[in-house]
Amino acid sequence: MTDHLLEVRDLSVEFHTAAGTVRAVQNVSWHLDRGETLAILGESGSGKSVSALAVMNLIDMPPGRITSGTILLNGRDMLTMTPEERRQINGATIAMIFQDPLAHLNPVYTVGWQIAEMMTTHGQPGDRARARALELLGRVGIPDPDAAMKKYPHEFSGGQRQRLMIAMALACKPDILIADEPTTALDVTVQAQVLALLEELQQETGMGLLLITHDLGVVAEIADRVVVMNAGEIVETGNAAEVYHNPQHPYTRKLIDAAPGKGQMPKERDRSGQPLLQAQKLQKHYGAFHALKGVDLTIMPGETVAVVGESGSGKSTLARAILRLDDPDGGRILYKGSDLMAMPPRDLFRLRRDLQMVFQDPTQSLNPRMTVFKLISEAWEIHPDILPKAQWKDRVAELLVKVGLTPEMAKRYPHQFSGGQRQRIAIARALAMEPKLIVCDEAVSALDVSIQAQVIQLLDGLRREFGLSYLFIAHDLPVVRDFADRVIVMKSGRIVEEGTVRQIFEDPVQPYTRALLAASLDPDPQVQAARRHAREELEQRIPA
Amino acid sequence: MGKFIGKRALASGISLVGLVILVFFLSRLTGDPTDLYLPLDASVEAREQFREMHGFNDPLIVQFGRYVSDLAQGNFGESIRQARPAMEVVLQAFGWTLQLAVITMSLVTVAAIIVGSLAAFNVGGVFDRIATFFSLVGASAPDFWIAIVGIVLFAVHWHVLPTSGTGTVWHWVLPVAVLFIRPFGLILQVVRGSMITVLSSAYIKTARAKGVRTRPIIFVHALRNAMLPVITVIGDQAAAILNGAVVVETIFGFPGIGKLMIDSILLRDFPVVLAAIMVSALAIFLMNLLIDLAYAMLDPRIRY
Repeated sequence: MTDHLLEVRDLSVEFHTAAGTVRAVQNVSWHLDRGETLAILGESGSGKSVSALAVMNLIDMPPGRITSGTILLNGRDMLTMTPEERRQINGATIAMIFQDPLAHLNPVYTVGWQIAEMMTTHGQPGDRARARALELLGRVGIPDPDAAMKKYPHEFSGGQRQRLMIAMALACKPDILIADEPTTALDVTVQAQVLALLEELQQETGMGLLLITHDLGVVAEIADRVVVMNAGEIVETGNAAEVYHNPQHPYTRKLIDAAPGKGQMPKERDRSGQPLLQAQKLQKHYGAFHALKGVDLTIMPGETVAVVGESGSGKSTLARAILRLDDPDGGRILYKGSDLMAMPPRDLFRLRRDLQMVFQDPTQSLNPRMTVFKLISEAWEIHPDILPKAQWKDRVAELLVKVGLTPEMAKRYPHQFSGGQRQRIAIARALAMEPKLIVCDEAVSALDVSIQAQVIQLLDGLRREFGLSYLFIAHDLPVVRDFADRVIVMKSGRIVEEGTVRQIFEDPVQPYTRALLAASLDPDPQVQAARRHAREELEQRIPA
Repeated sequence: MGKFIGKRALASGISLVGLVILVFFLSRLTGDPTDLYLPLDASVEAREQFREMHGFNDPLIVQFGRYVSDLAQGNFGESIRQARPAMEVVLQAFGWTLQLAVITMSLVTVAAIIVGSLAAFNVGGVFDRIATFFSLVGASAPDFWIAIVGIVLFAVHWHVLPTSGTGTVWHWVLPVAVLFIRPFGLILQVVRGSMITVLSSAYIKTARAKGVRTRPIIFVHALRNAMLPVITVIGDQAAAILNGAVVVETIFGFPGIGKLMIDSILLRDFPVVLAAIMVSALAIFLMNLLIDLAYAMLDPRIRY
């Protein structure tokens, strides 16, 4: 039997925590060869990162413990090596990049120093390391590499920071690059660029690429083979296209079915009559930064309007301005014809219950010291005319059932729930006000795809039941396609294109919209390959 | 940057003016110093002459006006006790205290950072437990007690160190050692806590994935990030010594500003008290400025 470049065999890892022993991964086996890309696909808690961390000797022991298995690098078992041998492999032979590059770069040292350190650590002289660092910065597409050497991580954009991480990881020309969710926090167009860069560098160096991701689209775009993990075990392994088109395991099938962007697009609605909410020429400045440059928007009763755009486009500012959480500097907001900006505080207070918001991160938007009962019933304390106190308990139970939880959960605290459950609680809290409009600011972005699908279904069901309207802020186009009636595309504080879902997805007019659509990843490797062709053509036509 | 320092100086200047006014009038409330300086059997004429000489006969407000106009000319008045310029007396004492503070705090900083960082690297290990135990004992032990026990053991019992004074290097050992203990315990705890947080951060994981050796991970990657809260406490503790380590200076007969202030207050030597307060205030102001500059130096994200 020939040796693989890297092979993990029957690896099991446990963590000893206060709550007991957690089996993070059990009998996991995979291998990686030179020049190929292997993706480990899984949702949060599936243990998809654990085997990579074991390869990098990054599991803290205790509390972690490797209970069985071997990790073979060119046929040699890494688990029997000395710590010093492991240290020499890290960076030089196997390098790793991570999800959140800002957190993973040391904030107090220049990027030039940090990249050069990778090489000096592995025995290269300082001046040569600095020269190569400069060369690498240019190679990964950082503008003005000379100046960039002396800059600090916070002075770069998110996409540039991931490029810096890549430059650092490749400094010693490693045989293997492990990328743990490398594009998860990035905008779609930036994600496409970073993935393209990784692929290009792989072809150049012939390294093996191990990609850890939750995103079927990323797998479709870049992976040769895929390992699907669930609850610490590998459920399926195979060629990426085959696994997608012919999944064997029910979990894989469930994951593929949950991927957004395949549903029926909604029929066009009648938009006559009085709009529920209208924003006219909204303006907002933050210091010198012009966040909203005159934005118009109309939401009809029962309608879902999606606002899509990349980070910094002003979509969240728009959401906050409409609710007057951040007062706009100019323009008008009409709710059923009356101007929210000119309204006395008392009337505005009464109106607040009609307009609710669900935030991106329920861990932060739910007070950790309040029970679910208190979180939901607080609405009725603030607006006593909604519900008499005697009915609070029943109504909380009813709302919890409505969002797919159980009445007994009212006694618990937010930390006792999973991310998806917490977002349901946040939705129940918004519903307690009996609102007319719910603003969802990236409300499903942080959730796993299968949970995301469930939450979208829930929101859709509630719309039908209560005639709710949604303003749905998102960066993820496929989610919008399944759920929204109308789509607004924003860029740099302006609306660049607006239309029904069908118009935007099937016949986009603006180049920016087209670029966004082209950059968003389809879970089907074949569709993705075709799309990549289209994108490359587009790139040739409009220079970045 | 210059604007930032200017703003700071202005704010501190305003508080200093208020402080001087407050101390001037409050110290006068303690009574007439005449009786403390002249012998019990001094004649009424002699007393009257003493008062006239130091201007104690004038109304308070006149005395204050005179003090302010003298100040404007850079004259801080004369020490009643020593009959030489008050500022000279104060600066001499401050020189001693400054030396004491610099020596003590340098030792504290180096020791606390090394011990605290190593303790944090292996939380719950033997070294961590020993360090934590002694730092807690040190941070909670009263310094006057340690000072007295120190004198009893090292000077009286074993005759290896002098009890008080400043003649030789050996005279410094006990005061520095006693002043060392509490800030050391405190700063060690802050270093340890801050290091534990930093060592679990993402960029430390990156450093490990780069194959960086353990020592640079602790002392290069982590330490600089962990220093920000530590610097605040170092400044605080240094200020406390600069302000006059009253108890320790008194016990060891150390001629520093703390002892001078206490003596001057007890003897109602008003010009010295006021001059000492102004010098202390200026020292604290400069100390805080230094801390702010250190912040900006350590963390490129902080700019004034």
